Amino acid sequence: MIAIIDYEAGNLTSVERAVRSLGRDCVVTSDAQTIREAERVIFPGVGQAGSAMASLARTELSSVIRDVYASGRPFMGICLGTQIILSHSQEYDTPCLGLLEGEVDAFPLKMTDTDGSRLKIPHMGWNRIHPVVAHPILEGITDDDEFYFVHSYYPAPAHREHVVAECTYGFTFPVMLGHKNLVSTQFHPEKSGKAGLTILENFCRWEPC
Amino acid sequence: MLSRRIIPCLDVREGRTTKGIKFKNNVDIGDPVEMARLYYEQGADEIVFYDITASHEKRDIMIDVVRRVAETIFIPFSVGGGIRTVEDMRAVLLAGAEKVSVNSAAVKNPEIIRQGAEAFGNQCVVLGMDVKQVEVSEAIPSGYEIVINGGRKHMGMDAVQWALKAQELGAGEICLNSIDADGMKTGYEVTLTRLISETVDIPVIASGGAGEPEHLREVLTDGKADAALIASMVHYGDYTVPGIKTYLNEAGVKVRNRW
Repeated sequence: MIAIIDYEAGNLTSVERAVRSLGRDCVVTSDAQTIREAERVIFPGVGQAGSAMASLARTELSSVIRDVYASGRPFMGICLGTQIILSHSQEYDTPCLGLLEGEVDAFPLKMTDTDGSRLKIPHMGWNRIHPVVAHPILEGITDDDEFYFVHSYYPAPAHREHVVAECTYGFTFPVMLGHKNLVSTQFHPEKSGKAGLTILENFCRWEPC
Repeated sequence: MLSRRIIPCLDVREGRTTKGIKFKNNVDIGDPVEMARLYYEQGADEIVFYDITASHEKRDIMIDVVRRVAETIFIPFSVGGGIRTVEDMRAVLLAGAEKVSVNSAAVKNPEIIRQGAEAFGNQCVVLGMDVKQVEVSEAIPSGYEIVINGGRKHMGMDAVQWALKAQELGAGEICLNSIDADGMKTGYEVTLTRLISETVDIPVIASGGAGEPEHLREVLTDGKADAALIASMVHYGDYTVPGIKTYLNEAGVKVRNRW
């Protein structure tokens, strides 16, 4: 059983449907015991860091998440879930969970592309990712695969060895993080077609050592 | 580098897809869930649904369509048409849509954009704009006016000013439809698209007028659009999504090639 953590941060039905389409059993839940007993845990989220952290604190889910991470069971963050596992977010100057050391930074205003054209914020749409290390979660993914992003902030972990893959939009920044039993994506695998489903399937099979 | 998005648009009436010319003489062309699946498998980057069901009582049919689409495709899709309140938005998003678009309801009550953005996040709220070219005047300095009711009612609002206001209120994206070009298959309104896209900081989807792949190339390069909406050119089988993408690729427009 895979637990998808419900902490009032956006629409979680798409993550649930994507996991179910892979024939995997999952439940969207805010129940501490269910999450603690789950075989794997997905920590999704659409919304903003401040209200998400407030919700986690109010529901004691932040300590549940820390426990899951410490337990060694496979844990996956998605989008906002990737940002608030870091120490701090510039979004509303929010202290975050700090599972990994690092900041969540805002995209600079008035970015331009290599041809001089203006880049819009949020970074919204399909983009390629560039793996910086091999990781089981990337099995079957090629350089041509693209993933769906929607974000105005990006994760900036303090330690380079926590970066699994990067993406370029104006500049190059981390979009997949990994450390021990934790892996996370800034993009939405549940909305990234077959390539995204491959990532989710890889997570469902992943046995972190 | 971000890919330019190619977005098939499905008009849905009482649970079935239709495509009319200039909003008239709609003909039935199929099941929206099956069409969405087809476009998903062919590499569409996103899908837009417009619910053109006239009767409010039958709107639940659309919620059921949204739910079935969400179980079938794993790319973003938006739903517009008849969204009047934050509760209407919530119903569509909970059924599984990624985004919801508001058009005439926002013209009449701009606050719905702010309310939607605060409740669900800016990225969920798309402003649909129907625009007609008019004479430049004090009220319409850009020469592009906001219209509703399929272009029948002029609102006395300048398109550029409305786009900026919507962005300020929290719209995450603009779907810009030229009523003059819609259904004509003679190309998008490139000048208008460029004007709006260069004015706002949020992505702009060009809509109305696509008849051949070259029209997409024009609006995605000269028109500075972030995405292009297509309808009859693919619905009737004249072109396919992969065919259009191949054309764009060869013309140097970055699109998603693998799906």
